[in-house]
Amino acid sequence: MTVISILGFILIIIGLWGMLTQKNIIKMIIGFSIIDTGLHLVIVSIGFIKGRTAPIISKAVEGLDTGKNFIDPVPSALVLTAIVIGLAITALMLVYAVKLFRFKRSLQIEDFEELKW
Amino acid sequence: MSLIIIIFLGIIMIAAAVLALYLKNLVAAIISAGVISLLASVLYLFLAAPDVAMTEAAIGSGLTTIVFLLAFNKIRSDRED
Amino acid sequence: MAKRFITLLLIALLAYMFLPFIVEVDETSQLNRVAEKYVTAGPLELGAANLVTAVIVTYRGLDTLGEIVVLFIAAVGIGFLLRKPSKKKIAAPKRSSSEILRTGSDFLIPLLILFGVYIFTHGHLTPGGGFQGGVVLTSAALLFMLSNTEARFNKQLTEVIESVSGIFYLIIGILGLILAGGFLDSRFLQLGEMGRLFSAGAIPIIYSIIGIKVGMELIGILEKLRKEEI
Repeated sequence: MTVISILGFILIIIGLWGMLTQKNIIKMIIGFSIIDTGLHLVIVSIGFIKGRTAPIISKAVEGLDTGKNFIDPVPSALVLTAIVIGLAITALMLVYAVKLFRFKRSLQIEDFEELKW
Repeated sequence: MSLIIIIFLGIIMIAAAVLALYLKNLVAAIISAGVISLLASVLYLFLAAPDVAMTEAAIGSGLTTIVFLLAFNKIRSDRED
Repeated sequence: MAKRFITLLLIALLAYMFLPFIVEVDETSQLNRVAEKYVTAGPLELGAANLVTAVIVTYRGLDTLGEIVVLFIAAVGIGFLLRKPSKKKIAAPKRSSSEILRTGSDFLIPLLILFGVYIFTHGHLTPGGGFQGGVVLTSAALLFMLSNTEARFNKQLTEVIESVSGIFYLIIGILGLILAGGFLDSRFLQLGEMGRLFSAGAIPIIYSIIGIKVGMELIGILEKLRKEEI
């Protein structure tokens, strides 16, 4: 549905804004997870077709033409695995944040000057 | 009818996203980020994707919040000594 | 000031990139050809009632294998980063959990494990599957961690279970290559009657293996993050 894909785009923009403007590393990772949620909403909404149902064969769709009553299962399958990967990547980023805190005793991005130009 | 519910949920999600970025209290910000995922799992039901809704509810709002809180707890216990 | 301007410019460019998505793309009213084939031929070829499962496990099985490898690499990376103990040797005094939490979790943990196993063994019939079931198993383990703050999961045991299920996943994939049409083809077992637990070929077995592997990997990640003395 278009409304949900617009909502997903707004979430992506908010998340990118947060990643670019926030100084705290944990806040940046929160921005990343907001982008993740928005992107998943957009991808699933691409596969949706108005008036059709979930691709699961049950009593309700028995005898009907499956090609005319089901939504596209591929975006759902992709997003399902992408959510699990997103959790693992977020955990990896958070562990890096813990490591950076032990290195500099600070979570503010301004204190890490080694790569500044 | 469903359009009104979607717009209502969307407004709450955008508000939660802004709060998650601008709250000073980090624990409150993490919980607010979890709320976005929880409401997104309701939206997946409107998009006829129950598998994705289950995954998002269990992982996005449950485990991701827990992982954030565990990492934050590690940083806080480091800061205290 | 210049930084703020560049940020705004980037955001505006991104929003401009999204504009055609919203304005020009009209909602489709029929499936594309690949999805059409998956939806119409999937139930007959594979015998799975849940077509998302059929796509994940068989049609795009190689993708799923790749995603599981990514999950494994992320877990390995977390273990690698947290391997060295910091200066602090003594763990902070921990508060033991309350009576209500302990009693409630003793009641809930077996039910959660049962629910997780139910979700991943019925992945080909109902919504759900290996990833969701694995996460429910992880939440049972998380409840155990919260109620018994002193107890530790046996690291070796979770790693061995995870590796063995990964090896079994590959063996089943190769069996599909030998006995049926290709790598990870689930049709080397009987398709059976649709709607039964033992149907749809090897899909329930593959999804159970994925569930156990994902659950053990996530338990490992949580356990590594939880350790106080490291």
